[in-house]
Order: sequence, then structure tokens, then C-alpha cells
Amino acid sequence: MTPLLERRLLFVTGKGGVGKTTIAAALGLLAASLGKRALVCEAEPRGALSAAYECERTGFEPLKVSSGLYAMSMDTEASLREYLKLNLRLPTAGRIGPVAHAFDFVATAAPGVREILTVGKLCWEVRERHYDLVIVDAATTGHFIGELAAPVGINELVRVGAVRSQTDWMLEILSDPAQTGVCIVATPEETPVNEALELAGRLEGETGVALAAVIANRVLPELFGRGDEEAFEALAGTSARRRLAAVLAGAQGSRRDAAAVDAVIEAARLAIRVRRGGAEHLTRLRESVPAQVPLLYLPYLFGRSHGPRAIRQVADTLAEELGQ
Amino acid sequence: MSPQRASKVVAEEAGEPTGGRLERLMATKEIIVACGPGGVGKTTTAAALGAEMAARSGGRVLVLTVDPARRLADALGMGGLGNEARQVPPEAFAAAGVRPRGELWAAMLDTAASWDALVRRHAPDPATVSRILANPLYRNITGRFARSHEYIAMERLHELRAEGRYDLLIVDTPPSNDALDFLDAPERMAEFFGSGLLRWLVAPYRSRLLNLASRPFYQVADRILGTEFLKDIAEFFLLFQQMYDGFIRRARGVGQMLRDPATTFMVVTTLEPAPAGEALRLAGELERRGLQLGLLVANKALPASFEEPDATRVAEQLVRHSAELAQAMAEGTTRLPAALSDPARLARVLAGVGESFSNFRAVAQREATLLEELAEVHEVAVTVPHLARDVVDLPGLLEVGRHLFAPPEGARALPARRSRGGRPSGGSRADAPGGDASRPPRDAPKDA
Repeated sequence: MTPLLERRLLFVTGKGGVGKTTIAAALGLLAASLGKRALVCEAEPRGALSAAYECERTGFEPLKVSSGLYAMSMDTEASLREYLKLNLRLPTAGRIGPVAHAFDFVATAAPGVREILTVGKLCWEVRERHYDLVIVDAATTGHFIGELAAPVGINELVRVGAVRSQTDWMLEILSDPAQTGVCIVATPEETPVNEALELAGRLEGETGVALAAVIANRVLPELFGRGDEEAFEALAGTSARRRLAAVLAGAQGSRRDAAAVDAVIEAARLAIRVRRGGAEHLTRLRESVPAQVPLLYLPYLFGRSHGPRAIRQVADTLAEELGQ
Repeated sequence: MSPQRASKVVAEEAGEPTGGRLERLMATKEIIVACGPGGVGKTTTAAALGAEMAARSGGRVLVLTVDPARRLADALGMGGLGNEARQVPPEAFAAAGVRPRGELWAAMLDTAASWDALVRRHAPDPATVSRILANPLYRNITGRFARSHEYIAMERLHELRAEGRYDLLIVDTPPSNDALDFLDAPERMAEFFGSGLLRWLVAPYRSRLLNLASRPFYQVADRILGTEFLKDIAEFFLLFQQMYDGFIRRARGVGQMLRDPATTFMVVTTLEPAPAGEALRLAGELERRGLQLGLLVANKALPASFEEPDATRVAEQLVRHSAELAQAMAEGTTRLPAALSDPARLARVLAGVGESFSNFRAVAQREATLLEELAEVHEVAVTVPHLARDVVDLPGLLEVGRHLFAPPEGARALPARRSRGGRPSGGSRADAPGGDASRPPRDAPKDA
């Protein structure tokens, strides 16, 4: 299997809220730190990427974030304008204006046209070799197949014309596992894992794009080893708790200390319970992901979970997980 | 399963508990639209609110959900899918130890089936119906076109409301790239089908005459898409245009329904920066559109005990002095449990407990900051704690439901909404006397 960062086009998807943007941003940072020229693109322009890098608001025109690292936000209208300019040699924006407006309606009407402008722009960047690696902070699992299957769908609907030839070369890039791959992100919870597995099962059949990696995000550390957990249970018992409170308070054990010890013990219980619940889902993920697909683990970040510091930490962990 | 205990919820105003305010809000509402960022438990919260309302009120409650987790769907008896609403059997409540006063119904949104029904209702004659259903673009549009889900969700809601079979409708909005897309969907649909541009686009296929003005466009479009595809599109819209009046009427109806005082929005979020930011944005958008945000639910909140100074001090001591503490515990007069007989192990466990507390405390503090920001926008707000297990069945839903109405001791307190003045809303905000009483300090009465 082609190593993750040796590919040219990576889509990062997952259920909403699992940390797609953070991971896409971190993959970009990692690729750049390995000497590659990387472009990270947010498919839905909401400013999440500029928040992650704490850079100015990204637009259609790629913004240099740091050495070798570029960021952009998708804009279908700008993409259309660029497409028309490049493919049909329509000269000025002024003349494209009304056509773009009409096209907007056609795009609304004909599903896939909008998506094809998004995916098309990314494939074009790959084809023109403007970057070594293009990373897409893509749509959520629910919308992802629709987005990525658009070239296939359009290819079936449209038999001739410029769009047809465009989808032809796009499909060539998308369906080549040496060039293109999908990273599915899941947190150790019921629905994110379900959606990840469902998408993993449908991905290749419906879009022709290969699964490149599955990333388990926000994995809680194990609080205690096996024997220690037994000790914790004993500590959580009434008599041991009282003893701890008494020891903490010195001779005159106060009620306040007892309450504080209770709170701290209950907090540890919560941590254990959340971690244990997550572990079940991680097992499910591990057992269902095809053996040849790398499964990468990223820890829960108790410190800052957003912004450049977090992105750097995630990038470092990804590097370790990928053996870079 | 027991909820985390730690402290008492701060009564929102003048001693009135949040649960009571939610009860009063619900008493005047017939439609609840749940929205929020993805991955925050929106579907579960909507279902939980429905289950709890069915349990405590005498009416018929319908939860219209979009894409529930499979186990949750099974729990609600929706395993068979489809648009048909089904009642959650009272025995399921009985098994959960609850005797419901009302009925809980659940339905799933089947986009394709709903579209077909819509076409049947609005098309002028059966011939048009079958031509539309047979058009190659039709399935494509209704199945894949993202906004069609949003449109159809509102359409279904309107229909259910008009049927008048339920006392309370709770609709879970589709997971969307933009969580409020569904609000614009009816209008955009109407606008689209009524646009002059669309008429202009399909005109040549109607008259078979290209006028001079449109020729350049067709030449370009031809080169991009090919004539045949354009023809398919044109035919589809010609057919669809016949339903235009129906669409317009319906879109207006949906708009009215959403602005009705009996409708309120529920924003669900978790207390992480990205979802909370999205929730704030949603709240602002709702306000801008003159829609009422009646309820804000902060899901999976950590208990307030993480911020208690005494507990924090203890946690720090456990980390710093684990060896000494373990030693001191071993030296007591009574014997420790066997599992704690090894001082090295005991020290390790004490340090681990302290460390874990400090870790989660950092998260809890971030949550607290976000809660303060969210306090700006809600009418009634509740937190739901991390529960012991995933919510996948009726007992789980009822537990979440109970948290919504009567937060247990230890649920994190939400500060009351700051008065911003001027905005009419359904949630009453009695003016409490004395200073800035609309906003009690976050950690006011904490110890139970």
C-alpha cells in the first residue's frame, strides 16, 4: 500500500465534530515539515482552517501559512470562473458573470455539477503538479459519498462535452490508489465508529476511491494497569476514602476533606468509565478495518485542543504513528 | 446508573429551577426544531425530549428523525425504516419502569418517498406525475441534492402539523453542511422554480427557437454539458414548473409555521470550542431571522465538581505527595483492604487519580468559559452530563429526558441569559430584584 503521505490527494472525512479539520491541518503541517509542498483545502468554507492555523481568513487563492504549507477554502463560483477561463478561454470576469449566474442555476438543478467543481479543482491542482500533496478537509461522512461519487454520476449523465472529458481525467486520478486516498476519522463513540465503518464499506464500490487510513481521534489514556485498577476500586471504598481524607487533613479530619476526596475519586471513576466505553468502540474499529489499512491513534488533548499548538502536537503524533 | 453528584444547579432566576422553566416553555409549544452542529447528540436529545414529554404529559408526541444510530432506531421501533410513524409500545416504557401519561411516536424521514408524495400532491395530473417520476434527473436531484433533504424535512413537518394528529412535534434537522440551510430551503426552492432565469433557460426547449440574447449562453453550456443533458434538465424543469404554485404556497406555509409562537428551536451542542462556536453562530442566525431559540442543551458536560477548590487542592496533593500519603495510610490503626497493601501501588494509584482530576479539570475550565459565552443566547438552558453508557434505548432516552427537566445535583449550572433588551421572546424572563440579578455568579450555591 502506498504510504499515506506519498499520495498526491488525501480526503479527510468523518462524522461531524470528530476533529477532521484539526487532522487535515496537522497532516498538512507534517507533510510540509517533511519537505513537501502541501495544500490544505477546506471544502466547506467556514473559516475552520484559518482558526486551526490562526492565519488570516483563507480564500480560493491559496494562502502561504508557513514554509511549504498552503491553505485555501473552496468556493464553487470562483472555481467555475477559473474553469471557464482555463478550459474555454473565456477572457474576462465581466463576460463570465451572467454565464456564472446561469450556471449557478444549472448547478443547483443538476446535482453533481457543484461537487464536480470542488473535486475538479482539487484534481486539477494534482494534475498540474502545483503541490506534492493536496489534503482536503472534506464533507462529513453523510455527504462524503455524494460529493466523491459526483464525477461518476456526471460521467453517466453527460455523454459528451467538456465536462465529460473533465470527469474522465478526474476519475483517472481519483481511482488511482497510488495517488488518491481517503482518511476516515472517528472518535471512540458509537455513532462516529458506525459511520466510519459504513463509509469504509461503501467507499471503493461507490466512488472508486481507495481507503488510505482510519484515524481514531481523542483516545483517552488508560488510567490504571490491570492490578492498579483493583487497587483503585479498593481505594474508592468507604473505609479507604475516609482514611485518605483523614491522612490529608492531618489529625482532625474535616468534612470538607471528605467531600473533596469523594469528588476526586468520582472524577477518576468518570474518567475510567468514559475510557472503558470508548475502548469497546476502538475494538470494533480495529476488528473491522481491513488489515492493510493503517489505523492511527491520536490521544485526547487535555490541554488546548485547538489552534497551532494542538495542530503541532497532532502532527507530531501522526509522524510517530506513521513511523516518519 | 447514577449521575455524577457534586453540587446543585443554580436556579436561573429568583430561585426558579431550570426544570420548571423548561416545563413552562414546553407547555406552550407544539413544534420543537432541534438543530446544532454535527456530533453533539442532537438526534438523541430530540428523542429524549420526546420520550420524556410522552412520559410526563398526556399528549401524543411525534419525534421525526433523520438518520438515527441503528440501535436507537431499533429502540424506537423504527428498524423497518419508512415514512410511516409508529408508536413506541407502552410496554417499552413499562420495561423502563415508567408509566407514560401520553404516547410516543417516531418516524424517520425518507427523502425519496417524501418527494414522490410531494410530486403526487402538487402535479396537475397523473400523466405529469409519471413523467416527473420517470425523468432521469428527478431521482438524482431528490436523492443527492443536499438541500432537498432540508426542504423535505420542513415539508414533512408542515404536513404533519396540518394533519393535526399530534400534540407535540419534535423534528431533528438533517446533518447539514450548514446547520441552518433547512431554514432557507423552502424559500430557495420557491425562488428557484419561480425565477425568470429558469424560464429563460428552458424557453428554447419549449419554443424550439433560440433567441439572440440566449444564444451565447447555450453555445457555452453546450460545450460544457452537451445538448442532450441540457434537454433533460429543461424537460425536468418544465414539468416541475407546473407545480410552482403549490411550492410557493407551501414555502410560505412553512415560513409561517416556523415563526409561529407555538414553534421553538432547540440548539444542542457540546462544550468544545468548535461546536460551541457553531451553536453561537446558529443562535445569532435564529435571532436575525426572528425565530425563537427556546432551549439550549449543553450535552456531555463535565460535572461542576472539577472546579471546586478543595477537590483541586486534594488532587494536587495526591500527585505531589503520593508516596508520603500512601505511607501514612498504611500506618493507620485499622487494616487497609488487601488490594492496597502494597504502598508503591497505592502511591501510583493516588498519583493517577490526582493526575486524572487535573487533566479533566483543564477541560472543565474550558467548558465553563464556553458556557458563559452560550449564556448570552439561551432562553432556557440545561446541561446533560456524560452518561455511564451510550444512549441507545428507551431507558437511556428517559434518563437524558430527566436530566433535561430536572438536572441532578452536580449538573453544571448555567448562568441565566444576559438581558439584551428589546427582543421579544416566548421565554419569560422575570426581572429579579437587586443589582445584576439576571446573572448570578457561576458558582453561587454549590455545596449540596
